[in-house]
Amino acid sequence: MIQVVDLHKSFNGQAVLDGINLEIPTGKITVVIGKSGVGKSVLLKHLIGLLKPDRGQVLVDGLDITKLKGRKLQDLKKRFAVLFQGGALFDSLNVFENIAFPLREKARLPEGEIVRRVHERLEQMNLSLEAGRKFPDELSGGMKKRVALARAMIQEPEIILFDEPVTGLDPPMCNTVFHLIKKTHAASNYTALVVAHDIPEVFSIADVVAMLHHGRIIACCGPEEIKQHPDPVVQSFIRGEPDFLEA
Amino acid sequence: MVAFIQLLGRVVLNWVRETGRIQLFLLQGLALAFVPPFRPRRVLQEINQIGVKSTLIILLTALFTGMVLGLQGYYTLRKYGSEGALGAAVALSLIREMGPVLTALMVSARAGSAVTAEVGIMRITEQLDALDTMAVNPVQYVVMPKLLAGLIAVPLLTAIFDVVGILGGYLVGVVLLGVSSGSYFSGMVQSVVPLDINGGIVKSLVFGLTIILVASYKGYHTEHGAEGVSRATNQTVVLSAVLVLAWDYLLTSFFM
Repeated sequence: MIQVVDLHKSFNGQAVLDGINLEIPTGKITVVIGKSGVGKSVLLKHLIGLLKPDRGQVLVDGLDITKLKGRKLQDLKKRFAVLFQGGALFDSLNVFENIAFPLREKARLPEGEIVRRVHERLEQMNLSLEAGRKFPDELSGGMKKRVALARAMIQEPEIILFDEPVTGLDPPMCNTVFHLIKKTHAASNYTALVVAHDIPEVFSIADVVAMLHHGRIIACCGPEEIKQHPDPVVQSFIRGEPDFLEA
Repeated sequence: MVAFIQLLGRVVLNWVRETGRIQLFLLQGLALAFVPPFRPRRVLQEINQIGVKSTLIILLTALFTGMVLGLQGYYTLRKYGSEGALGAAVALSLIREMGPVLTALMVSARAGSAVTAEVGIMRITEQLDALDTMAVNPVQYVVMPKLLAGLIAVPLLTAIFDVVGILGGYLVGVVLLGVSSGSYFSGMVQSVVPLDINGGIVKSLVFGLTIILVASYKGYHTEHGAEGVSRATNQTVVLSAVLVLAWDYLLTSFFM
């Protein structure tokens, strides 16, 4: 289980995370929703240690990632994978090399085994072997996301963090990516945190939904419960109403 | 007045902080060269990018620089009846000063700006973060091979510059203006001492490290999207050139 305890983070004196408390249960998909710029990606980057908080803890099975350094931090990171918003595929490597990268860097497997595993992931993501020879700048947005998901999945991590996995995709491709997340989760049962604002599609994959607003989690429950949540801010966001409540 | 002193203090503090960060970045990058995995393939790739792909521009710059030195040197020396010293004048100018400095400025313009743009784009597209999340140290994977490549490639390019420059001087002085080939080379052999060559090598090592350090640091700390990459690239070229010239003065005074 991942526990976020009283997490604070400010940028240039402006509080972005203002005392976040959140539990991400093992083997479940937790979705964090909230408006653009509210700090969802900042929260995600704290979970993997890319950002250091001003105050608070991120406990991964009791280990505080904000305090870890060196080898212990590296070992903990090996349990994670991240699907970044833009895919973060390496420009200088083709699709095959991008997916094989974590294995070549960390797994020390024979080349034949690497090839087998990459082909398996390409097939799982409905990508042809031909696509494996393309470079990231030759791919569509949807293909990039699928390649990034394949790269994230290749080492079969225990925890996967998804940073806005369907932003910029057309509705059919959105559904495809959500379907792939659901399919891979069913197969591997990893712990997932999905940062998104795609309502209601994202509810189809969520076990738990948390809403981030003004630096705090204002609601955290199942997808059906959140639809009935009494907080008007939550209801306004789910219904996609304009920001008059803010005024 | 108080506001001016506060501003001055802020500027100086920022400068000191930035200088300290650059030095720590350099130490981290070099220290990681001795920590496995050693990544020789990445170092070779960077030598190709920074060194091999700069060869043509270095050849052209060196040839024309040597030709201009031959031309200027010939007409200056002729006033004193010392045309025979042309080889020595061209070789000393190139080996001591112009070879290392011009090579560094050309590498900075061609490869330094490219390094900043490459690393900066990796930063803004979260590729560096992706490496970090895969438990791969981004400084070791991206920066360390570039620093080593700068240390290896720039002295070699400087050596090429010196040789081609001397041949450029030969072309103008001997082939076009009629200086004797024997006096061109014998003057050179008599005048150039090991200290001149060693000084040139030390300069090129320092310049190579400086250029790639500045380029990598600026790229690594790029912010604010495409505009940030453009700004970082610009800063790299300007700062590298200024630092190369400042280092040149310090090292020249040391070797004199």
